[in-house]
Amino acid sequence: MAGLLTNLLLLALLVFILVLVIRTRKLFPVVVLAGAYSLVSAAMFVNLDAVDVAFTEAAVGAGISTVLFLAAMAYLPGAEKEPPEARGVMHILPALVICIVAGMLLVVAAIELPPVGDPTAPPHVHVAPRYLEESGSFLHIPNVVTTVLASYRGFDTFGETVVVFTAGLGVLVLLAGKTRTAWRRRDQDADSSGVQGHGDA
Amino acid sequence: MAMRDNPILRVTAKILFAPIIVFGLYVQFHGDYGPGGGFQAGVIIAAAFILHALIFGLEAGRRLVPGWANLAMLAGGVIVYGAVGVAGMMLDGLFLDYNVLSYDASKGQHYGIILVEFGVGLTVTGVMLALFHAFAGFAEAHYRPGAAGGAAGGAAGGADDGEGV
Repeated sequence: MAGLLTNLLLLALLVFILVLVIRTRKLFPVVVLAGAYSLVSAAMFVNLDAVDVAFTEAAVGAGISTVLFLAAMAYLPGAEKEPPEARGVMHILPALVICIVAGMLLVVAAIELPPVGDPTAPPHVHVAPRYLEESGSFLHIPNVVTTVLASYRGFDTFGETVVVFTAGLGVLVLLAGKTRTAWRRRDQDADSSGVQGHGDA
Repeated sequence: MAMRDNPILRVTAKILFAPIIVFGLYVQFHGDYGPGGGFQAGVIIAAAFILHALIFGLEAGRRLVPGWANLAMLAGGVIVYGAVGVAGMMLDGLFLDYNVLSYDASKGQHYGIILVEFGVGLTVTGVMLALFHAFAGFAEAHYRPGAAGGAAGGAAGGADDGEGV
């Protein structure tokens, strides 16, 4: 019961932060709020006994993402553009309908889900008992998350690592390419006219 | 880089740098027994170097971890992971079969998991550092006030923020 109450409180906090993020126009507070959002999510995962996920969320979501967002923010103006004037209900009607329909579909799907921690839930009766049993008695590794991640599902994790590698490489190629063209163009500018300060960003 | 001139930030960063790395290694190699593993450890270790670069400047950060080291970590992790899988095949097992890595299947699983997690950690550290260096370096090349082609007029009102990074 206490766990449920804590979760509801954290969920309310998440919604509160979300509203703040939407309403704030300056980017720096938004980045910091996004970090706070991750931290609250991490607290929620701890409350749900998913310590590994919480750890990842805290390290990646609250830590590194915030720093990378701050680094990326250097290319952007300090604040969002002012939103256009309200144009009546017809303007937001399609978005509203899509949101409500999608939300209702999610709620309908969630009703079908077994309750959290239900031992007879489908994911808990298929291979999970064998993993839980073997991880302690055969592999002698207490953290089942690690054995599932690295051994039983080693193929998936290999794929994930390749995805991380590819994503990093992709960003590097994009940024390096942009820097190089910018440098070349700057050299041409200097050669042709000596005029500085072209505004590509 | 104003942050380098702040003695509180400088001393704190110097004190924190090594403990963060030790904590990252602990998370990396203690993942079998507690929460943690390659993904989290990679991020934590990268965070130590990013903190260093934030306080002492990107140039110092690049001297500490040059670009080729980033790329080596990036690719090395995937190679380590794949090599463990291939090693299983060489020893008459299947791809990523750790049982055959040692005379004892349980020990083999230990070796396999630790090596694989090490690969994951390497790749994640490399990616995070490379991303940070790329973003921050891009900002430094284009947005330093007074630099040629920098601070792009009115379009980038917040360009000065780049100095902090």
